Amino acid sequence: MNIELILFGAFALLTLLSAGMVIFARSPINSAMALVSTFFFLAGIYVLLWAHTVAVLQVLVYAGAIMVLFLFVIMLLNLGESPTRGRPTLARLAGGAATVGLLAVLVVTLLKVPGDVPAMAPEAQASFGTMALLGQTLFTQWLLPFEAVSLLLLVAMVGAVVVAKSRI
Amino acid sequence: MAADVAAREAPNRPMVPITYYLLLAAALFCMGMFGVLVRRNALVVFMSVELMLNAANLTFLAFARMRGDAIGHVSAFFVIAVAAAEAAIGLAIVIAVFRSRGSVLVEDIRTMKH
Repeated sequence: MNIELILFGAFALLTLLSAGMVIFARSPINSAMALVSTFFFLAGIYVLLWAHTVAVLQVLVYAGAIMVLFLFVIMLLNLGESPTRGRPTLARLAGGAATVGLLAVLVVTLLKVPGDVPAMAPEAQASFGTMALLGQTLFTQWLLPFEAVSLLLLVAMVGAVVVAKSRI
Repeated sequence: MAADVAAREAPNRPMVPITYYLLLAAALFCMGMFGVLVRRNALVVFMSVELMLNAANLTFLAFARMRGDAIGHVSAFFVIAVAAAEAAIGLAIVIAVFRSRGSVLVEDIRTMKH
């Protein structure tokens, strides 16, 4: 047993546990809190994949900004617990069956992916996952998509204000 | 000699196979899909969508680690930005629907059904 495998197992278990709490919690506020912990544990998994910059972004944007938005809306709407657990209709049973089927197909497919990793050159290894490499790739090769994303965020901001206004 | 080679390659090769990360992402995606299909509260449905987006991100990062290039990280960055836009618009729609109908249960919103 090595430390990387232990860390991966712990983070994976905690991620799946808190994701289950997101789905099955009665009250939306409990779901939101479980979602925050899911994001934190996933950031740990990202660090194990040497994606340090994305892990930091995950905590800043997801666990910070997006979760504040969710909590704000939950408090604004003043939602309580769902009164009754809905009865299992045909559509929901079909949804559960489709999920199990998709999981089976994904597991069978992913087990065929070769899991071995080709060795990285030492200089590539030193810069992999750093903010310098991400920024260099983003601002040279992916500059146009980056600008498009900034436009998308602007449109989303204006759209959110317009849609949520009380009188349209 | 074999131990020497293993020690030299140790920092370069992951101890955890990439397949494990992919299986974790598949499980996370399926949990999110289950939440989208089964839950009735629109806010929890949005949280399940965030779970699915995170599973896609995890897959991007696992393959980026496997290939050793930064394209997967750039894709994950874009996914995070799009998820932020989606959450802002989606929650604004939830607020607008709650104002007009007084409910956030997806089964109460069926004006356009049939």
